[in-house]
Amino acid sequence: MSGIEFILAGMLAAATPFLLAALGELVVERSGVLNLGLEGMMALGAAIGFIVVFEGGGHVAAFAAAGIVGVGLALIFAGLALGLRANQVAVGLAVGILGQGLSSLVGNSYESLTITGLPKLAVPGLSDLPVVGGMFQQDIIVWLSLLATLAIWAMFRYSRLGLILRAIGENPAAARAIGYRVTVVRLCAVMFGGAMAGFAGAYAATVYTPLWADGMIAGRGWIALALVVFGTWLTGRIFFGALLFGALSLASLVAQTEGWAVPSQLLSSLPYIVTIVVLGIITANKRLLKVNGVASLGETFGP
Amino acid sequence: MAVAAPFLALLAAILLNLVLFLAMGKDPAAVFYALLLEPFMSWSSFSEVLLKTGPLLLIAQGLAIGFRAKVFNIGAEGQFILGAIFASAIPVYFPQATGGWIWPAMLVMGALGGALWAVVPAFWRVRLNANEILVTLMMSLIAIQVLNYLLLGPWKDPMGFNFPQSVMFQYDAMIPILLPGTRVNVSILLALLAALLAWVYMQRSFGGYQFMVGGLAPNAATYAGFSQSRAIWLSLLIGGFAAGLAGAAEVAGPIGQLQRSISTGYGYAAIIVAYLGGLHPLGIIASAFLMAALYIGGDNAMVSADLPVAAVRVFQGSLLVCYLAAIAFVRYRIVRTGGAPA
Repeated sequence: MSGIEFILAGMLAAATPFLLAALGELVVERSGVLNLGLEGMMALGAAIGFIVVFEGGGHVAAFAAAGIVGVGLALIFAGLALGLRANQVAVGLAVGILGQGLSSLVGNSYESLTITGLPKLAVPGLSDLPVVGGMFQQDIIVWLSLLATLAIWAMFRYSRLGLILRAIGENPAAARAIGYRVTVVRLCAVMFGGAMAGFAGAYAATVYTPLWADGMIAGRGWIALALVVFGTWLTGRIFFGALLFGALSLASLVAQTEGWAVPSQLLSSLPYIVTIVVLGIITANKRLLKVNGVASLGETFGP
Repeated sequence: MAVAAPFLALLAAILLNLVLFLAMGKDPAAVFYALLLEPFMSWSSFSEVLLKTGPLLLIAQGLAIGFRAKVFNIGAEGQFILGAIFASAIPVYFPQATGGWIWPAMLVMGALGGALWAVVPAFWRVRLNANEILVTLMMSLIAIQVLNYLLLGPWKDPMGFNFPQSVMFQYDAMIPILLPGTRVNVSILLALLAALLAWVYMQRSFGGYQFMVGGLAPNAATYAGFSQSRAIWLSLLIGGFAAGLAGAAEVAGPIGQLQRSISTGYGYAAIIVAYLGGLHPLGIIASAFLMAALYIGGDNAMVSADLPVAAVRVFQGSLLVCYLAAIAFVRYRIVRTGGAPA
């Protein structure tokens, strides 16, 4: 298998943790809330998901449990940031630190253990194509995430719910004046984001690399946060951004197997370096942010 | 009243973790004794608390200045690592050098290294409008890779049995001991001096006032002609400088070489320290001391009560969560509004 084929076949799976977390965060940020606890929510989801599979609960229960702990952390976030109107940045950091701590606590006795992932489902016909065939052999979660991407795109594009979310994010005072319950909608958005972060973590630890290692999320939650900015809060662009990072993380594997004379540490830092560079390019364009950005992002709202 | 918040938070965190320890099947009395009291029971463990207070105090003072101006530098971990790397360059390249200038020069190098690592997020924020939270965090993740590269490659001790660590530093590269018989060195005085400087700057100078206005009321600050770019540059550079200094003091102090585990999450713990101290230079002295005691207590509890290290991180995280809740209760009063007023 050539390097290109390897990257094409694997990039969807590599992109899935980024994609799931970023889609959840997109909904949260569209409603005007900034949840910086994503990394911790993913880490706890990963640990719980792994434990459930390892103890014989199966993948369905693992994703359910990971979603539940994600929502649990999201509720702590919402209680402080929406209920008590504390600073969203500080609360996000606090919940993130708590989630990471909890993940290493519960995962403590499972360090370096492995499980089996999920089988790949092939699209008949397409998966036999040369070069790109590998793209059409993916596990069920990848297919479901593609579906989720489409659903969220359609939700923002065509549905009333999408309009309500956007209205609340743009101008919560006006949205409330016409009768929408800002805090309730934001609470639901934050819970959705927590569940998606939990799923993203579970995918990382039970399907993509079916093992548990403390700190295995390795900044993917933070990159997902950056992806929402890269995608200028648009579903389609976030999807392609996630694909780019999926491909990038595989490219470093390819470079290592091809024996390029590059230090492996440079390859490992590549996603972080690219994040910094792309972030600078996108945010330097203030017009782009003004057109697509969320006006009330990160501001506390209340009577 | 705001002074009450950290104490309420500590109490709430103890109660929450009590439940957690019970669920884990640990004896809570033994755990809390090891965690909160044992660090103060002997001179040797108390001196270790003082030793840990140094880096936490330094980093948190630097971060708090930025947090007040709403510049969220969460990459102190990376700035700390760069500080340690820059400081180590002297003993690594001049292992035979002697003289009283070496350790002060290492501290200067470390502070410069930390500040240098903060230049990227500052430039990105001021010129490219990029969120400093994401950029500082990414810089931290890169810093870990830089450290790994040096320790596995060019800076690896040739006589070190292939362990990822540098040579042990020579005598003159070590900061002089302050309290004989302990590992507490002169750098704790630097940390206290930094706290004093931070107090003068933030509470008693016009520059600090500008920072505070910029954080509380950005529009008012702009209207008054306070430069926001200047506040961002200063916040990040001061934060990086302090964290880098702490990193240098760690390798030139208790560790004595560059190795992978130079930081046990100081950069992240310092965020908690800064908030718990109410972002006030004097409050931070107290909270840094508390956090240091938690570190030492955590080590004790690991030995005596078989508590995983991660439990201490959970305790730290819940402390910040409880503090943010407590501060809201101290600042606001709960009023029944009978539904949202239109």
